[in-house]
Amino acid sequence: MNFETVIGLEVHVELKTDSKMFSPAPAHYGAEPNTNTNVIDWGYPGVLPVVNKRAVEFGMRAALALNCEITQETKFDRKNYFYPDNPKAYQISQFDRPLGTNGWIDIEVDGKTKRIRIERVHLEEDAGKNIHGTDGYSYVDLNRQGTPLIEIVSEADMSSPEEAYAYLDALRQVILFTGVSDVKMEEGSMRCDANISLRPFGQEEFGTKTELKNLNSLNYVRKGLQHEQIRQEKVLMAGGRIEQETRRYDESTGETILMRTKEGSSDYRYFPEPDIPPLVISDEWLENVRQSIPEMPKERRARYVKELGIPEYDAEVLTLTKTMSDFFEATVQNGADAKQASNWLMGEVSAYLNSEKVELEDTQLTPENLAAMINLIEDGTISSKIAKKLFRELIQNGGDAKKVVEEKGWVQLSDPAKLLPLITEVLDNNQQSIEDFRNGKDRAIGFLVGQIMKQTRGQANPGVVNKLLMEEIKKR
Amino acid sequence: MSTGITEEQVREIARLAKLEFEDKELPVFADELENIVEMVEKLEQVNTKNVPGTYHGIVLDSVMREDKAEEGTDRDELFSNVKETEEGFIKVPAMIDNGEAGA
Amino acid sequence: MSLLDHTLEELHQMLVNKETTSEQIMEEVFRRIEETDEQVGAFLTVTKEEAMEKARQMDKEGIDENNVLSGLPIGIKDNIVTKGVLTTAASKMLEDFVPIYNATVMDKLEAAGMISVGKLNMDEFAMGGSTENSAFKITRNPWDLNKVPGGSSGGSAAAVAAGQVPVSLGTDTGGSIRQPAAYTGLVGMKPTYGRVSRYGLIAFGSSLDQIGPITRTVKDNALVLNAISGEDEKDSTTHPGEAPDFTEGIGESVKGLRIGFPKEYVNEDVIDPGIVKAVRAAIAKYREMGAIVEQVSLPHSDYAIASYYILASAEAASNLQRFDGIRYGYRAEDAKTLEELYVKTRSEGFGDEVKRRIMLGTYSLSSGFIDEHFVKAAQVRTLIRQDFEKVFENYDMILAPVTTTTAFNIGGRIEDPLAMYLADLMTVSVNLAGVPALSVPCGFSNGLPVGMQLIGKHFDEKTLYRAAYAFEQATDHHKQKADLNGGEAK
Ligand SMILES: [Mg+2]
Ligand SMILES: [Zn+2]
Repeated sequence: MNFETVIGLEVHVELKTDSKMFSPAPAHYGAEPNTNTNVIDWGYPGVLPVVNKRAVEFGMRAALALNCEITQETKFDRKNYFYPDNPKAYQISQFDRPLGTNGWIDIEVDGKTKRIRIERVHLEEDAGKNIHGTDGYSYVDLNRQGTPLIEIVSEADMSSPEEAYAYLDALRQVILFTGVSDVKMEEGSMRCDANISLRPFGQEEFGTKTELKNLNSLNYVRKGLQHEQIRQEKVLMAGGRIEQETRRYDESTGETILMRTKEGSSDYRYFPEPDIPPLVISDEWLENVRQSIPEMPKERRARYVKELGIPEYDAEVLTLTKTMSDFFEATVQNGADAKQASNWLMGEVSAYLNSEKVELEDTQLTPENLAAMINLIEDGTISSKIAKKLFRELIQNGGDAKKVVEEKGWVQLSDPAKLLPLITEVLDNNQQSIEDFRNGKDRAIGFLVGQIMKQTRGQANPGVVNKLLMEEIKKR
Repeated sequence: MSTGITEEQVREIARLAKLEFEDKELPVFADELENIVEMVEKLEQVNTKNVPGTYHGIVLDSVMREDKAEEGTDRDELFSNVKETEEGFIKVPAMIDNGEAGA
Repeated sequence: MSLLDHTLEELHQMLVNKETTSEQIMEEVFRRIEETDEQVGAFLTVTKEEAMEKARQMDKEGIDENNVLSGLPIGIKDNIVTKGVLTTAASKMLEDFVPIYNATVMDKLEAAGMISVGKLNMDEFAMGGSTENSAFKITRNPWDLNKVPGGSSGGSAAAVAAGQVPVSLGTDTGGSIRQPAAYTGLVGMKPTYGRVSRYGLIAFGSSLDQIGPITRTVKDNALVLNAISGEDEKDSTTHPGEAPDFTEGIGESVKGLRIGFPKEYVNEDVIDPGIVKAVRAAIAKYREMGAIVEQVSLPHSDYAIASYYILASAEAASNLQRFDGIRYGYRAEDAKTLEELYVKTRSEGFGDEVKRRIMLGTYSLSSGFIDEHFVKAAQVRTLIRQDFEKVFENYDMILAPVTTTTAFNIGGRIEDPLAMYLADLMTVSVNLAGVPALSVPCGFSNGLPVGMQLIGKHFDEKTLYRAAYAFEQATDHHKQKADLNGGEAK
């Protein structure tokens, strides 16, 4: 029998606010355990939540970027369950009026475009962290408690682990472009639970699903689903039944392990949060947020190809991050040739970032400088060799490109009157090379050019040097 | 309408509420709860078709604060009421599974 | 005559005139507590040293002439968190809990110069109507030591009635200020929901809870409400903007005031004739003073208790989940697993009544029952609120009894939780509707105080104080004092 795989994903994304969703404690990481918390995060008797406006705005931005309809009369609800990382024993979340509904995102797998529907995007607070000791105890750190989250629930529209991977990747990219989160799975600012079931091809109703947890990277999502797909297939082929259960992906073995069955499942007893008045999003606010959303990668790619004449592949690479894409556009805005700008960013700039392990924003390079540099190359003011030196200078120390070139005396030597004496001297000293050239050894001309470049510390314009050399050799 | 709250139901609700009752308490509690539930089921008599629910004390909407962070509460103060701590963490007996962690 | 027999304004004048000092007033408070609290049992914690120190400090700095409350004592119900001072909510669950922050009302009282003298007994987590549900002690009614003082703010009422403090703060989720005030012959205000910040009030029913003052006189009450009201950025459910001066209408006539008297609240099958009689006499008095009193209807009154118990218990079940033995409060010994820690801590830490409400609330919210219970109750709540709105289209105020009986015997109802719930008949609607209500002494029945409540429009506490003050001036019920006997407890 052949089975069709059905996958739906629940993704949690942390919003990059200064303070928490419902308390003014700092929403930052890396602090000593239990120091970025306050009595509200701790669910102290008597404390009350107050909604962080920016978190709502970020949630809206993400929901809009995911093509959702915004629920303008929305509210918060309590989801009740006991756990040490959940101090109030209820999580403030959204139940029946999520911030966003009916969204979608397009993915590409094997050259084909597929639309994955998004059921809902809702706001909620993150839980703290439990560290499980080996001593029969667990250790609770509430620093993360209360960090604003959006939960993005897809429809069960994916039919392979590859599609799930592509969906997550596209989702990550869209959110990244909205600027509301770092969306780093490895650091936990994006987390994914996956529901997967199998059904015989042609069958209408879904098979029993399992839920996968602990998928801490895009690759683990794919691997975990692959493993689970095979496991379920084996069970079904052997005439067995899939149990509704939660399974944990084990990174070391690549297998999924049973965590708990449906039997121990919770009844969350959702009800409207009485401490928070309902939230009414005005048309004006919604419109402002809509206006603030930057163009998404897909649209940017199309525009780069169509309007700027950039190859498909380059456009893809340039739009991997918003920082890069914005930098590219600003460079073009500053008068650089689009193809040249793209070449530099994908080439030297990326290489530098990789080797130095830094982010673009950590360097001194600006779109203004990159554009100026490209133009200096184009108009022959500097040689491409000098350009590399100039680039290192600009990315490390900044400064004005033109001024740097002038100060360092890097302007290219193109004046025949200045170059001729040098050429004559080099030819006088290298009779053998002239012979070689005449005997058909083209390499010899390269050597001669090299000599002149050396003498001018790279500043001679190679094109002009070449031309003058040929003329002078002919004359001899 | 008779509700007939069973001891089994009482046990199930207690499980959700993280409470336990001794076996001899169960029937008493089931009876009491049944009486109360019967009393509240009087509400069935009220026609509430198309009536929205009231879930808040007064009608207000959209109360929000600006996203400004304030330093966290001093940890030693927070820990002053905690029974067991270790190296900056709250110490609790081990849990059997990973629960709902991950929100 | 004790210093504490004076009104707040009189005490203030005496302080300004240097006829007494804050220190002397505090000494009198603690002398009175030492003398009577063994019988009354109002206090769970007395903060004598801190209070005396503050009073001396205040005397040294000089009493602020413009601040009528400065240097004066107040008692605080033990479900209001007080930084550095044990706060138990009368539960074993919090028997050793010392909060590290202050409730907003405590900050406000401090800004007004009031000095807290201690924490007052109550029903555990404010659940009950007799203060018998306290995990620590029973509080007795100063009018008759065999009777309950009411609840859940029983300690707050008993302390004022016994002359230990001139004023206290209570909390009211379904009548917990008004009923004890009525049982002890005092003035008790349940302000409009959102009038007083709930930040730092250990939550029971979050959409119903309000903090309010219990005093001997109407004006004292308005003065304390002035101090504790107002928008709080830490409580999103507080009314935006500044609160008015609640004493403003005091002294104005009630001539032409339109008062509704709900016919549902005079059923003598349910309500003691003595109470109905006292309330009718009050109506006559209002008519005499020129007010117009007419019968009105609150047609959904019959369903208020059911709606209230579902909603309050559901919210409570959720609010009390945080008591798990992990971050504060009681923690069961020797729990080996997390589940055991939860279940043991909560089963040992909560008393029976609290468990009953948690169970009812959990049941009402559980899948399969939420629609016919919780949602239905919320819909009925809307109808109850609309009943009030309809009456207020034509009336300025509603007048009703507070309780069905006068204070009952200690132990008299504790075995019958349902009877205890049904007695809240006339108080819970007010919380469901979110409107303000003031309990005012209106006479006696068999030697025990009877209270009536004046119920107002949202945020119109001023009219209630004005009407109550006019009544107080025209009668002398408030001048009667409990004599701390009549019971064998002595
Ligand atoms: Mg979820
Ligand atoms: Zn979630």
